[in-house]
Amino acid sequence: MADVTLTVDGKKITAPAGMLLLEACKAHGIEIPAFCYYPGLSLQAACRMCVVRIEKVPKLQTACTTPVAEGMVVITESPEIAQARKATLQLLLGNHPLDCPVCDAGGECELQDMTFKYGAAESFYAEPKNHREEQKWSPVVYFDRPRCILCYRCVRMCGEGMDIFALGVQNRGSSSVIAPNVPAHLSGVSSQGAELAQLDCEQCGMCIDTCPVGALTSGAYRYKTRPWEMNHTATVCTHCGDGCKTTLGVRPVTDGAEIVRGDNRDKSGINGDFLCNKGRYAFDFANHAERLTRPLMRKDGKLTPVSWDEALTYAGTRLRDLRQDRGADSIGVIGSNRTTNEENYILQKFARTVIGTNNIDHHRTADFVTLASSLQDAGTAAGKSRFASQRSLQSAAAILLVGGDPTNQAPLTAWNIRTSVRLNKARLYIANHEAIKLRRQAKAFAPVTPFGYGTFIKSLGEENDFAKAIRAEEDLVVLVGNELHGGELASLIAALPQARFALLSDYVNSRGAADMGVLPDVLPGYQPLSGSALAAEQHTPAPAGLDLLAMFDAASAGTLSALYVVGSNPVKRYGIDPAALKSTFLIVQDLFLTETAALADVVLPAANLYEKAGTVTNSYGDLQLVSKAADKSGVRSDFELIVRLAGHMGHDLQSLVPFSRGLRADMGQTRGASSGEADRHAVFLTANHLEPKLSPFDPFAILDEIQRLVPGYDRLLRLQLLSGNDQHISPAASGLTQITMTRKDLVLPSGDNLFTSGSLTRYSPMLEDVQQHQASRSSGEAAGQMASAD
Amino acid sequence: MPRLASHPDEVKVLSRRFGQGAANIDKYLELDGYQAVQKAIAEGPDWIINTMKTSGLRGRGGAGFPTGMKWSFVPKVSEKPKYILVNGDESEPGTCKDHLIFREDPHSIIEGAMIAGLSVGAKMGFIYLRGEYRYLLNIMEKAVADAYARGFLGKNIFGNQGVDFDIITQTGAGAYEVGEESALMESLEGKRGVPRIRPPFPAVVGLYGGPTVINNAETIANAPHILLMGGEAYAKLGTERNGGTRLFGISGHVERPGVYELPMGYSLRKAIYEVAGGVRGGKKLKAVVPGGASCPVLRADEIDVGLDFDQMAKAGTMLGSGGIVVLDETVSIVEFALRTIRFYQHESCGWCIPCREGTDWIKKTLTRFHSGGGTKKDIDNVQYIAENMMGRTFCPLGDAAAMPTLGFVKKFRSEFEEYLEGVRVASPLIKITPVGANEHAGAH
Repeated sequence: MADVTLTVDGKKITAPAGMLLLEACKAHGIEIPAFCYYPGLSLQAACRMCVVRIEKVPKLQTACTTPVAEGMVVITESPEIAQARKATLQLLLGNHPLDCPVCDAGGECELQDMTFKYGAAESFYAEPKNHREEQKWSPVVYFDRPRCILCYRCVRMCGEGMDIFALGVQNRGSSSVIAPNVPAHLSGVSSQGAELAQLDCEQCGMCIDTCPVGALTSGAYRYKTRPWEMNHTATVCTHCGDGCKTTLGVRPVTDGAEIVRGDNRDKSGINGDFLCNKGRYAFDFANHAERLTRPLMRKDGKLTPVSWDEALTYAGTRLRDLRQDRGADSIGVIGSNRTTNEENYILQKFARTVIGTNNIDHHRTADFVTLASSLQDAGTAAGKSRFASQRSLQSAAAILLVGGDPTNQAPLTAWNIRTSVRLNKARLYIANHEAIKLRRQAKAFAPVTPFGYGTFIKSLGEENDFAKAIRAEEDLVVLVGNELHGGELASLIAALPQARFALLSDYVNSRGAADMGVLPDVLPGYQPLSGSALAAEQHTPAPAGLDLLAMFDAASAGTLSALYVVGSNPVKRYGIDPAALKSTFLIVQDLFLTETAALADVVLPAANLYEKAGTVTNSYGDLQLVSKAADKSGVRSDFELIVRLAGHMGHDLQSLVPFSRGLRADMGQTRGASSGEADRHAVFLTANHLEPKLSPFDPFAILDEIQRLVPGYDRLLRLQLLSGNDQHISPAASGLTQITMTRKDLVLPSGDNLFTSGSLTRYSPMLEDVQQHQASRSSGEAAGQMASAD
Repeated sequence: MPRLASHPDEVKVLSRRFGQGAANIDKYLELDGYQAVQKAIAEGPDWIINTMKTSGLRGRGGAGFPTGMKWSFVPKVSEKPKYILVNGDESEPGTCKDHLIFREDPHSIIEGAMIAGLSVGAKMGFIYLRGEYRYLLNIMEKAVADAYARGFLGKNIFGNQGVDFDIITQTGAGAYEVGEESALMESLEGKRGVPRIRPPFPAVVGLYGGPTVINNAETIANAPHILLMGGEAYAKLGTERNGGTRLFGISGHVERPGVYELPMGYSLRKAIYEVAGGVRGGKKLKAVVPGGASCPVLRADEIDVGLDFDQMAKAGTMLGSGGIVVLDETVSIVEFALRTIRFYQHESCGWCIPCREGTDWIKKTLTRFHSGGGTKKDIDNVQYIAENMMGRTFCPLGDAAAMPTLGFVKKFRSEFEEYLEGVRVASPLIKITPVGANEHAGAH
């Protein structure tokens, strides 16, 4: 739309015609206060805080509903306006508890800020305030009614934003109250004889996030600390393949630093203001009582705590001996979906150069090899890379979702799709074997029989309405669920030459693990095993290695002498018979004594993603920075452990980590202040006569090498990365012949839902609580249905 | 229940069929019924709108917007269906005029809605009846059924090929707020009765997103009469820019309370002292609420004013819905102010802060004041809250609560001050029970 010029507070500003006055002012640095206005949600004009004076209009007008117009003359601050806002605050504060010192939102409350600004400090009501007891709606959502100022942000966020509509308004006038969707008399939940209303929803906590006051509070965080007592670190959520940016609130504890809160405080990054249940609350596994904090070694058949030195020396020497005695190809390495790119890269480098084998794989949650090989020479779509980014969902004119259920599997993807349909009129097409929830936003839905995606893909070339509509879309992003792989995925990509593609995967760095070549048949960046600069420089072995399942077959056959598992639980995931590993020397690096770790000869307690620095790549190829937020004494990052293990095997660390030619010094991002990690590294550096800036434990030294040798990652901008911005990676390796998977079951979608996250699930009390809550809700529903059927 | 009353000064246009059994369709036909709509079909939309414009008819709901102009705002071409919406949610305290039309002359509302429909190209009308008027629904529904049976409603009405009009009746659920036009539409759509943001105005985006004409029942019922008598003749009955007559419900302390049809501009003093027979029992007049409870009160010395929109505005009050409430010297203004704010506090929809909280705090303060626990500061506080509600709320309900409150506190401040000193007006109008701490908090 054409621009218009208007005058605000004597200053000429230009804004697109039709833009809301409040937004136009914001864009020019003029802040207009508002409680009920929330960008992207429907307009309310209910709080009356954003009133401004517009010339020639008799009454004060709400800036949140007034579109800008040519020649408009606006005053946003004047004694009259300040008085109007002050009076509104006085009316609110009449009933709002004035106990900011003990309120959970104290210090980050918009009502508090406004009162501070407009000075509604004088209280002249003599009547008692209406008090109501606080309500617990779910394990993570609490409602404190007297604090609610009825801005309806939560109601709209839940309805418009999340498409759940679990919150509404009950009663009217001063009795109006926000109410959850399971009324007290139907909830079946009671406390001290009183029935309690409950919330049956996705437990995303978006309502809490948008609440401007302390009315909605988080069960995971409330009354644990004060906001100013936390350090806030922006990093990336570990749970699904969407890779949401999250800000972790951390405070020091005796054994490091614990996370007390997760939110996306500054509303930046690919997820804007969005976070789901797991991103917001599921960090409590870090402090689970069963968390490993000491290395374990099997002595007399029992896992026994030992010193780091003993564990690493033993593991390193055994590995070196086994390689010498039984050959490099008798050793296997399994990587992780949750470790950083640097860790994945160094792990495959460890396998290929320290051990000297291509026997490296990971639990593949999606077939990124086929995606990369199908798109490698596919050119561009409308001048854009054919790898779609998470952000492309926000701008694409049309989205085709084939398989997958983003609502459960990739909540941010679902959020972006919904937002784009709602605000940008994007056209959503869905082909799925289940009536997934996003169907409600779809323009067309093509039902597919289970395992019938091949037939559906063929039908895209036929003359049916769905196919015709898809073929007519010029700006199309195709999202592919991870149940599609191999030939099906390749034929879908071939069928839609105009489209950009993204493949859904299950964990934060599933894509990164594939991109970094934690695979037996491709090098980092999906380069062939021989012929690339990387292969030539590092003398990587040429024959393809064993895949994950073949490694366990080899173990059963007695030909696998050692297996090094980093951050993965394949025994549980693939249902491996524990007996298969009885003659294999097993090293496991993990947070917990998982089914796999329990079988190990050496267990090394590892840091989780929130306790380290590096980069991760989400399902779409968006690269983001991971910063160290929390700290746990006794654990070490996977990166450090891999380097240490290589050292104990007698390998030259300089050739593993090119730290002496680091392009950027590690300025301390990788080291926690309170865990002793920095001191530990300093001891190593002094002993080895190294400069503090040249540490082999610096993942950023590996990032330099990734940038140098991995196609796609060569174009990343370090400044963007360090500023916390996402960058889209399109692997551009070519010459990769289509790799046919020998075993289809190598790609195994994890089947996680909103409240599970692989093996971490059972170590998160919050997730367990929420699962229980949801289970009681659905059984309650079933009971209700039975009752009504009677 | 309003009584049929009459006075020689009345000019019976709208009410000319009252008391003659016009709810019966045959009787209605006998009294020129359904003539106007057939004339409208013959003459066409431009003629209807011009006639309405000439008539000077202004909205009878209270805002006084020129009806012909309102109809002309509806876009000629619309992708979505257009609707006529008759606002029969008559809830303003002191107002009982629409009630009589529904009871005595329901067909005039149907006919008026049809005329409005013809003028803007709508084929569907809704008659929204106040929830508490459920007993009038039978009358209205019978009238609609009779009209359908005669082929006056439905397809090809009066045998005119391609001219269709349907009517659906609907009742409210007991919310004053729903008398506000956009809240009424929300309610009719089955949603919570809170007002909508404007623009867009109903004429462009209204009911179910279609262009909608929404008029008060009395306004709509005037249309057939205007078409039959001609716009100019109707206009001449009233004053400049205030065409025609309107129904005034005179209640309170008068000798002959009732609904009277008086020409616009008729003297308020004469309406009280002549038409309604003067103050009951020869008592002294204390105050008049001239147009429903939301209008600022007039003192006894302020009643020499003509009953039309412009003169009343000049006098610092409003013509409103035409509900004139007369208060004699026995009325305690403190009680009356409390009674008024109790209504608005109870009816506030709660959407916006100033109205939701303002009405509540005024009520709380006046309750305590009334029960003897007041201070001088309370009078100032009530005035301060009301002043800060004025013009700041989402819809006019906030103003409707603040305006009378300001009127009482400003014009009768001395009575509030004397109340503090223990002076009580002899006979309380209403029995007000003390408000418990949580009395208002509702069922939740």
